[in-house]
Amino acid sequence: MRTRILVTLLAVTLLLAGCSSGGTRDDGRITLRFQSLAWQQESVEATRELVDEWNAAHPDVRVEYVQGSWDSVHDQLLTSFEGGEAPDIIHDASDDLADFAYGGHLADLTDLLPERLKADIPPSGWETVTFKDGIHGVPFLQEPRVLIANATRLRESGVRVPTPEDPWSWGEFRRVTERLSGEGTYGVAWPLKEPVSATLNLSLSAGGRLFHRGADGKVTVRFEEGDEVVPRTVHAQVNTDRSASPTTLGSGGSDTLPGFFAGKYAMVPLGFSYRQQIVQQAPEGFDWQVLPAPAGAGGLTQGVSPQTLSVAEDCPHKEEAVAFLDFLLRPENTVRLALGDWMLPTGRQALAHPALHTADHGWAVGTALADHLRPAPAQTVRGYPEWKDKVATPALQEYYSGAIGLDELRERLEEDGNLVLARYQR
Amino acid sequence: MRTSTAARAGQYAALLAYLVFLAFPFLWLLSTALKPPAELAGLHPTWIPRDPTLANFRQAFDEQPLLRAALNSLLAALSAAVVAVVVATPMAYVMARRRTALTRAATGWVVVSQAFPFVLLIIPLFLVLKNLRLIDSVPGLVMVYVVWALPFALWMLVGYVRAVPAELEEAAAVDGAGRLRTLVSVTAPLLAPGIVATALFAFVTAWNEFFFALVLLKTPEKQTLPVVLTHFIGAEGVADLGPLAAAAFLATLPSLVVFAVIQRRITSGMLAGAVKS
Repeated sequence: MRTRILVTLLAVTLLLAGCSSGGTRDDGRITLRFQSLAWQQESVEATRELVDEWNAAHPDVRVEYVQGSWDSVHDQLLTSFEGGEAPDIIHDASDDLADFAYGGHLADLTDLLPERLKADIPPSGWETVTFKDGIHGVPFLQEPRVLIANATRLRESGVRVPTPEDPWSWGEFRRVTERLSGEGTYGVAWPLKEPVSATLNLSLSAGGRLFHRGADGKVTVRFEEGDEVVPRTVHAQVNTDRSASPTTLGSGGSDTLPGFFAGKYAMVPLGFSYRQQIVQQAPEGFDWQVLPAPAGAGGLTQGVSPQTLSVAEDCPHKEEAVAFLDFLLRPENTVRLALGDWMLPTGRQALAHPALHTADHGWAVGTALADHLRPAPAQTVRGYPEWKDKVATPALQEYYSGAIGLDELRERLEEDGNLVLARYQR
Repeated sequence: MRTSTAARAGQYAALLAYLVFLAFPFLWLLSTALKPPAELAGLHPTWIPRDPTLANFRQAFDEQPLLRAALNSLLAALSAAVVAVVVATPMAYVMARRRTALTRAATGWVVVSQAFPFVLLIIPLFLVLKNLRLIDSVPGLVMVYVVWALPFALWMLVGYVRAVPAELEEAAAVDGAGRLRTLVSVTAPLLAPGIVATALFAFVTAWNEFFFALVLLKTPEKQTLPVVLTHFIGAEGVADLGPLAAAAFLATLPSLVVFAVIQRRITSGMLAGAVKS
């Protein structure tokens, strides 16, 4: 008897749930679904507030905030696009857009974007979202890789403290980490769980390009002098100087923080947004500072993959969606988003905001690097994900751990790598 | 043959070690959930939080709609468990008692179907549900969970049915019981532990399921707990560890409670009442 009642109740509940499921309300208003990947409390609050402000000012074009997750966004978008159920406005990163753009799932915004927005973001920013000669997203937040340093250790060692105007060279960086090492401590901890993007993006500072596009448009891998600088430095720090911890090579950025706080490592190269975690987790009295990454023949240049906002090709109200993007990315609003995510805005006007030029938490150092940020070298290379997973990641991991030498690294990156890329360029 | 004291002590030691092994992740989750951020970032992890706090639980509830997500998960998981068992039990009975080429082929197909990776199925499934207007609805998700749990549930139940001696049903028939009476009064009580175990399997599978829920549910108000838990994870796998641990700890509790309540039914006299007294 009780079982029957339970089954009946469940059936009724399911029917009711079915009756109340999904769909846009048919009240004449446009409803746009905005899937945001903001995840830190401050950035979620800032984004939600901006959505509320838009909705208050635009009763006929309502934006519905949907919380997405960085962890699963690619698979979720892929399925949604294939099923024709994607959100109207999509938050993602530029290095995740290529397949969606080439697949025709993202709207070309070239003729829809207002001039103000086009002029405010530098060409290098637009390069990161340009596929097939169309603009398929708006880059709005980015983060350089910086050195987070134990300020006390730096002071005590007497080493010269670098600035964006006068950074360390890669050679000087190596010597400094040697000086900061000893008695079970290391000058630096490289968190290289994802060694490829870190290596390629930092290699731009030494003039490394790795991917070379020929006159026929085909890309080949060439591991040249500029490409060697960063890998050689890391390899030497780990295997020759013993100034870099060998145990963090397989770690993510967060995994290095306990050792950093405990004084085991004097410096950790991390993304700019990691400062939020450091502020939250650092023991009381822990003195830290932000330093620019070392510079080489290419100066302070670094590759980045900015966070982006795109409009789905299936969205029936593209103009309204772009109007919302324009509102969301007004300079004063972008500053709120940037502060919430502890990142740098791509727009020049937002970047000039005084809140981003304070010495507090190294904001000024990061802002000074903004002009040196370029699209990550691999962004437009078809076949890069396979090259990264099958060729570059294992090769770099083996090289950094000392299992193979530089010649074998070059051989594998070039020969094996070009075989992979060739399949995508027939 | 009596077990020696040393052997008995060894058995208990092994059992204790196994219990510790099983409990470790859960206890570590609780320990993590009670630590403040600075302690979470300590180089030397501690079992007992030095400065325990409930702030992570508060933050988890403040930042994400955990309660609503838990209710969504509960509704989907309970529905899936009940429907899967209701559908699978008669099928399993037929497959166990009527051994024909057809039932053997069906059993083989059930085993083979377990080998399909769901990444392969998700897009066709998505399109089917879209045509049925069941995207972004709990019934659609439940339907998927039932289909997903059915093969294994069927497989489990076939084994349980086969464990009930057919002679008992024959004896009931000799005593004058009809087919339905035999099924209700003789077979069903003996199958109850198996049915409960199968329902439990379906419940836990649905409760923990992430990918289908992520892809099929669009409306924030309908999202299930595993999907909401991912909102504590940022780019490059950076996690808001304290609130994530607190939310994950709470997410494991319902399964534990269900197990605690039902496990007695699973283990109590499989063949109770089989013999006339």
